[in-house]
Amino acid sequence: MANGVLAITEQRDGKFRKVAYEVVSEGRRIADGLSGPLTVVVMGAALGALAEEIKAFGADTILVLDDPALADYRTDAYTNALAACLPAADPAVVLLGATAQGKDLAARLAARLNAGLAMDCTAVRVQSGSVICTRPMFGGKLFADVTIQGTPQIIAVRPNVMPIQRAAREAAVDTPAVETGEVKTAVVEKLMDAGGKVELTEAEVIVSGGRGTGGNFQPLEELAAALGGAVGASRSAVDEGWRKHGDQVGQTGRVVSPALYIACGISGAIQHLAGMSTSKVIVALNKDPEAPIFAKADYGIVGDIFQLLPAITAAVQKIKS
Amino acid sequence: MNIVVLVKQVPDTESLVQIAADGKSIKKDDIKWVMNPYDELAVEEALRIKEAKGGSVTVVSVGPQKAQETLRTALAMGADKGVHVNDPAAEGGDPLATAKILAAAVKGLPYDLIICGQRAVDEDNYQVGAAVAEFLGIPHISIVAKAEVLDGRIRCHRSIEGGTVVVEAPLPALFTTQRGLNEPRYASLPGIMKAKKKPIEVKTIADLGLDPATVGAAGRKVVIQALRLPPERKAVRMIPGDTPAAAAEELVRILHTEAKLI
Repeated sequence: MANGVLAITEQRDGKFRKVAYEVVSEGRRIADGLSGPLTVVVMGAALGALAEEIKAFGADTILVLDDPALADYRTDAYTNALAACLPAADPAVVLLGATAQGKDLAARLAARLNAGLAMDCTAVRVQSGSVICTRPMFGGKLFADVTIQGTPQIIAVRPNVMPIQRAAREAAVDTPAVETGEVKTAVVEKLMDAGGKVELTEAEVIVSGGRGTGGNFQPLEELAAALGGAVGASRSAVDEGWRKHGDQVGQTGRVVSPALYIACGISGAIQHLAGMSTSKVIVALNKDPEAPIFAKADYGIVGDIFQLLPAITAAVQKIKS
Repeated sequence: MNIVVLVKQVPDTESLVQIAADGKSIKKDDIKWVMNPYDELAVEEALRIKEAKGGSVTVVSVGPQKAQETLRTALAMGADKGVHVNDPAAEGGDPLATAKILAAAVKGLPYDLIICGQRAVDEDNYQVGAAVAEFLGIPHISIVAKAEVLDGRIRCHRSIEGGTVVVEAPLPALFTTQRGLNEPRYASLPGIMKAKKKPIEVKTIADLGLDPATVGAAGRKVVIQALRLPPERKAVRMIPGDTPAAAAEELVRILHTEAKLI
């Protein structure tokens, strides 16, 4: 019976994304729980020695799928290539990161294999040989413990949640022939944001603003810059046109899990709380002492964010210097 | 251009969700049910494409009798007809099981383009669109914030971390919606009146030629063992301060020395 784990990494422009290390680390833990081997998949084009960089995280075997057709992520090319090499690996568990790419790939692969998929999990544990996944539902208003019947069990884990752990071991690197099959989709253009910005779902710190900002996000940008974090927004701030849709945190926006979430002038609608409730520490700044956000926060200050934020930024800079 | 839109009825995002006595499902009473917000974007986009290119918009849903409200809402917005898979055997499925039903229902319809929400805001699975496309053997593009129908193909702006990729696929194809795609219209009063006369075809699992053992609760591969509330946070610690600067200093001190986050 299959007892191995196949962890699918994600890279962009020849660099692993943070979630790749999280997925491999979690893959090692699950493989140990099942007493099985961990196979790590690295996919892309002209990958060079990229596979070497993941060796320190506990793979037994690294499968490198290197093909020009895999240069950009395309659902069909990636699904075909993975489906072709899965039978040889015969994993009990297929693990991915629940990123834009990972969610898309996991969903298509699950349908191709007629396999169960637990999406966007925040915890995975092995108990008497069975794998139990915890996943938020209703935007985090509830958590479900789920098990998956059949093989393989596909698990996509929420980025920024699983701890990264080094576990060096000798890994065999295998470069099987890549079968991308019929590919109908084409990437015709990439419109990327200016570099240097921290991606919301990977950020350790998020400074987020709501209606209370009145549209002035400058003090939030400055605090985020001082903390090396990213700026998020509530739905009302996005609906007002103050921030773009990609910045929206909430049940109908991005779901984030930073170490520190600073909510500025956000009242705390259920819709918003759903998108940030798995943050490790939540700080609320609001002039209304009755704002519901305080009930969900670890630390709170009642006050004017336009006075508080510059003072916090200054205090952070003092510590950092 | 024949467009099919997949819609689902879900609890309103402002509603309080409570666990039922079985510990594995939610209490269904006292909930305000609405069309999944991402599906509203899908209906709107389908209507705009139809308005520009002609054709028809058919909305398809799997759900109990009550789910017909959501189909009527889509018809009131301007969709032409509905297909409602209403069968106890269809209930309680996981996304794969539901996608099998939807794919079977769509197979019986003429379609060039299928649009659906990127996820339903109840179980947040992000799976049904991709699975329906797979079962129909057509390409899909997910999380689309802008779509253009070109000659025989679709060009979609797909949101990814840190930007957008523009992806093309030949029709027939399926795409899933992202906020920013459009602003869904409200149903007008004449629209609501007209919707009452628009056809909704009701189908059972047998009508679709499916084996009841492979769909609904019986076909579930992802089994919910238990639902629970999120872990409670400790009571909030309010940070006093005579001045904003004093409160700010104290907060940063705590985050630095106690929480060790700075």
